[in-house]
Amino acid sequence: MFYRETGQFKTSYAAEAAVFPILQDRIGIAIVLAGVFFVVPLTFSDFWISAVLIPILVYSLAAIGLNVLTGYAGQVSLGSGGFMGVGAYACYKLTTIFPGVNIIVLIVASGFAAAAFGALFGLPSLRIKGFYLAVATLAAQFFLSWCFVRVPWLYNYNVSGAIEVPTRTILGVAVTGPNATPTTRYLVVLAIVVAMTWAASNVVRGRIGRMWMAVRDMDIAAELIGIRLFRTKLLAFAVSSFYCGVAGAMMVFLWFGAAEADSFNIDLSFRILFMVIIGGLGSLIGAFFGAVLISGLPIVLRSVPDALGVPLRAATVEHIQFMVVGALIIFFLAVEPAGLARLWQIGKQKLRVWPFPY
Amino acid sequence: MDLLYKLFLDPFVQMGAAPDLLVQTLWEGLVSGVLYALIALGFVLIYKASGVFNFAQGIMVVFAALTLVGLHELGVPAFIALVLTLGVMLALAYGVERTMLRPLVNQPEIILFMATFGLTSFLIGFGEFVFGGEPKVMIADELYLPGGAIDFRILGGLVSFQKIDIAAAVIASLMVAGLAVIFQYTRIGRALRAVADSHKAALSVGISLEQIWVVVWFAAGIVALATGIMWGARSNVSFALEIVALKALPVLVLGGFTSIPGAIVGGIIIGVSEKLGEFYWGPLLGSGIESWLAYVIALIFLLFRPQGLFGEQIIERV
Repeated sequence: MFYRETGQFKTSYAAEAAVFPILQDRIGIAIVLAGVFFVVPLTFSDFWISAVLIPILVYSLAAIGLNVLTGYAGQVSLGSGGFMGVGAYACYKLTTIFPGVNIIVLIVASGFAAAAFGALFGLPSLRIKGFYLAVATLAAQFFLSWCFVRVPWLYNYNVSGAIEVPTRTILGVAVTGPNATPTTRYLVVLAIVVAMTWAASNVVRGRIGRMWMAVRDMDIAAELIGIRLFRTKLLAFAVSSFYCGVAGAMMVFLWFGAAEADSFNIDLSFRILFMVIIGGLGSLIGAFFGAVLISGLPIVLRSVPDALGVPLRAATVEHIQFMVVGALIIFFLAVEPAGLARLWQIGKQKLRVWPFPY
Repeated sequence: MDLLYKLFLDPFVQMGAAPDLLVQTLWEGLVSGVLYALIALGFVLIYKASGVFNFAQGIMVVFAALTLVGLHELGVPAFIALVLTLGVMLALAYGVERTMLRPLVNQPEIILFMATFGLTSFLIGFGEFVFGGEPKVMIADELYLPGGAIDFRILGGLVSFQKIDIAAAVIASLMVAGLAVIFQYTRIGRALRAVADSHKAALSVGISLEQIWVVVWFAAGIVALATGIMWGARSNVSFALEIVALKALPVLVLGGFTSIPGAIVGGIIIGVSEKLGEFYWGPLLGSGIESWLAYVIALIFLLFRPQGLFGEQIIERV
């Protein structure tokens, strides 16, 4: 009754092509944005912000990155953890080389380093397809992990082999390092994620996104209608790795505070792939849903036994958590293989025709 | 120039200078290759029959070994524990078929792939929940597996072969031979091959897909148990093996997803080249190249043969 586009006439092409063509959607997104930018920092505790919200945002950005590659361009990649690592280490090196430059500029710039590596490891995609490609991207993952351990230049010849985030300030406020408050870090992460999501939504709706989707649906047919596969696939790898790289840089600089090579192992790649699949392939909002589910679920599960007053050992809780996550993944896939984004769409459609059944 | 020498000549000079070391390295490579190949074998079985890229195969290996050892720790005699473990693997096959394959029939491959991830996570949690997370020692003596080593004097040096490794190689070849016979000459084997060719055609001649899936997953479970015993006898039984199990992926790529001989040959190629690379080229690049060498080798192979060594030719039509 309230959610329908009846009577909203478009009078220009710009209005027709808007990201949110329906008034109710615009109001909705404005409320959400106002909520996350103003209400959350004022009302949520530091624990919630630094242990739940920042991880969700960082993972969402990485999931968007992988979604560009896997969901839109149809190239399965298991190297996203490695590319996140490239972003993190590039950002670390950049802060060492250019100590005076604004940290946000450096975080975004480190995405370009990841993009370069992504394009390089995307080269085999021109000949290899499907799961064979997935295994090929594992080469990237393991090679990069190895580099993070074996190339001491990357961590400034540190004895510990870990990268420590230096303190950097913007306008006198500490943004990274031990002195930064969770709220500041949250706001920076949020701003970057919102800006990059908006950029991604425009890329995937536009010419480039359509080229990717054509390649995904059938690359030979795409080639026949004049899409250059070489460029398109490499561009997808580069853009995807750019997003992953920025996410990786944020992960270390605005979330962990310090990291070592093991933070970017194969498990991270798999976790991000999970988010993309559970959230819904080829959907940006799905990336957010997936991140909320996969990174939020363990936190919720951990707090359940306490809330119920059942005393369990920490190890047992972890084992049960593994089991429940595994079972839930199968359950979600069985219920809705197209992901949570599809459920969201169905919900919206139901809302549109409400109170009638169809 | 110096680098080129070190890269292309020096390793071979070393090989020539100490042939006994070379033989030892080759043998080590062969043995780890056989173990990779066994994991890959279980994988190929499932992929051929149900089109599922079963990521959980590595975990099934650990899970089977853990069940065996765990049951023995509870006081069950070794061989009864072995039988019970087989029963657990059969139950697992049934469970997977009922809860995973049946609801997800006809879904794209990547969805099924992801579902096997869920299975992986579940099996890790379940195994540790029931039997505890600490590493365990495989009951090799109770199962009458040979221990110790045989030393050979050849090529002017001493080469030592672990007896358990020899046993692993023998069991692996027996298992492959057995599978080949089952595939070729039995009714169920023919049905399996039919399903691998075309699900629809197999259904239309009255083959029950559900039954076939259970059979294949059970067969993969048996292979997993054998692998787990062999592997557990060489090192401990723990979920840390998971990362080693990932090595089965380049093996598969090398051999082709659908080829049993491919899995064996691929496993041996990967195992041998990995050990040779680590031993002779490793010091040059900084050690630990074993972690990615297999994948890079697989990648290079793929660039020339995108379907793997023995895979079916990929034919694309618009």
